Amino acid sequence: MEWFRKSKSRIESIEKKNIPEGLWTKCESCGEIVYSKKMEELLWVCPSCQFHFRISSHKYIGLLLDGGKLEEYDVGLASRDPLKFKDSKKYPDRIKTAQQKTGLPEGVISGLGTVEGIDISFAIMNFAFIGGSMGSVVGEKIARAIERAIELKRPLVIVSCSGGARMQEGILSLMQMAKTSALLARLAEKRIPYISILTNPTTAGVMASYASLGDVIIAEPKALLGFAGPRVIRQTIGQDLPEGFQSTEFFMEKGFVDSIVHRKDLRSTVTRLLNFMWRR
Amino acid sequence: MSERTHLEFEKPIVELEKKISDMRDFSIGENLELSSEIASLEKKLEKLRQGIYSSLSRWQKVQISRHPRRPYSLDYIRLITSDFIELHGDRYFSDDAAMVGGFAMIEDQPVMIVGQQKGRDTKDKLFRNFGMMHPEGYRRALRLFYAADKFSLPIVIFIDTPGAYPGIGAEERGQAEAIARNIREMFTLKVPIVVVIIGEGASGGALGIGIGDVVMILEYSWYSVISPEGCAAILWRDAAKAPEAAEALKVTSSDLMDLKVVDKVIKEPATGAHNNHEIMAQKVKEEILNSIKSLKEKPLDQLLSDRLAKYRKIGDFDEK
Ligand SMILES: [Zn+2]
Repeated sequence: MEWFRKSKSRIESIEKKNIPEGLWTKCESCGEIVYSKKMEELLWVCPSCQFHFRISSHKYIGLLLDGGKLEEYDVGLASRDPLKFKDSKKYPDRIKTAQQKTGLPEGVISGLGTVEGIDISFAIMNFAFIGGSMGSVVGEKIARAIERAIELKRPLVIVSCSGGARMQEGILSLMQMAKTSALLARLAEKRIPYISILTNPTTAGVMASYASLGDVIIAEPKALLGFAGPRVIRQTIGQDLPEGFQSTEFFMEKGFVDSIVHRKDLRSTVTRLLNFMWRR
Repeated sequence: MSERTHLEFEKPIVELEKKISDMRDFSIGENLELSSEIASLEKKLEKLRQGIYSSLSRWQKVQISRHPRRPYSLDYIRLITSDFIELHGDRYFSDDAAMVGGFAMIEDQPVMIVGQQKGRDTKDKLFRNFGMMHPEGYRRALRLFYAADKFSLPIVIFIDTPGAYPGIGAEERGQAEAIARNIREMFTLKVPIVVVIIGEGASGGALGIGIGDVVMILEYSWYSVISPEGCAAILWRDAAKAPEAAEALKVTSSDLMDLKVVDKVIKEPATGAHNNHEIMAQKVKEEILNSIKSLKEKPLDQLLSDRLAKYRKIGDFDEK
């Protein structure tokens, strides 16, 4: 069963091939083996343990927005290489690989759409694009999504999924936390609602900026959330971490998540929330 | 400071200094006229210093920022302020000793001063948690920022941290939330904010008290999205590759000027702030007072819109 191991990368390739008949998927959380076609129907949520598999940005758009339609903005934004960064790979090559792998130009898709007829400004991050990391382009697209919410007086909904700031752009990545949070202060001034949706994983620079600043913060079950990564914490304190540490459920218990929402209920939850937060 | 700790690359300087001082002692003891020899050695020393300090690698600069004798927040507070009244606690959980903060006078300018604080000896280092703040530190800082706003006191911030603390309690009490909230709220404070990076500026741990109208950095301080060691551990899978990571990340004061992330580099004494706390502190004081003076002349609306604009434009991308 070796080929079941790398379920994450396998799912990406499954999506591309439109899921051939007879393929099975192993849940990376509980080990349950489920017919892939069934998983598609279940929105890639494990029927046995409710673990939410990572799905593509386009699937979320289909799930959340009316008619699965997003009027996309800022598609022409492209990363540069301000530091001429190179580790095992040159940064521009890393971006090219990510673009080929995901079919996306960068780590965020953003634009305008409606949820049950309510106009919103929307942005969604994609983990498959260099770990959903936030560099200048991701920061700029999020910033513009916030500005559109302010200018057009529309609620803001951001689906976060990120390992944090993008190291390859150094300090400029860190500053995207400031840029986005600054604009959220303006949004709050205007009393325009912001719903932050956290998916697996949302950590570090993104969690320590806009993802944590929603008027309401909802999260998918069993996602990894938090500031520091579990590996860094384990190294620092020199002991194993408690079961369930940094999960959605953990942060709900500690008071940092408003509601844990099953993927199938995301759209209705956003709608119900906006009915309270945005009465026109 | 009696402790003569020094870095590896400082060794030739320290050795030559000792040679000169020995020769001086000898000449006095033996009543010999060695002044020309001493003078020529002193010339050599000056050349050596300049040679070493003008060709430091990024990693060596990072090491200077962590020098065991580098001045810390409390050193600056002692050297440039009077009537410092520390204000403790976040009013929710505890008092975070990885930071200091309170009212202080800089000459005749009253300010709210907040800084990350490292410890000098082992006991003090532990007490200060190596300058790594917990959520309650960020919340304590925010409480002081709000007080500054309420009482119209300019805010002065010293950044010096290897990062926000990565631990179980820190996560339980919302490290990410505390930092995010601070960053957002700092854009609403209706008083001038002057930030000086005096040592290490690591990531969100620094940015969590690091939003300013003027952001200055000492010549041998660094500021980065991640520490060189952290970056090396992730990208090179080997923390020992930190020197390479420091080069790749471009973490030094001049890099940050080039990237337009800081407004000014404050030059250090010839062989680093650790070799002359007083001169360094006086320079820092002048820069802070000058910055406050010019910021106070701005109308409030402009102060706030300039603060937003300053960060709004940071980033490097193409647009087709
Ligand atoms: Zn399962």
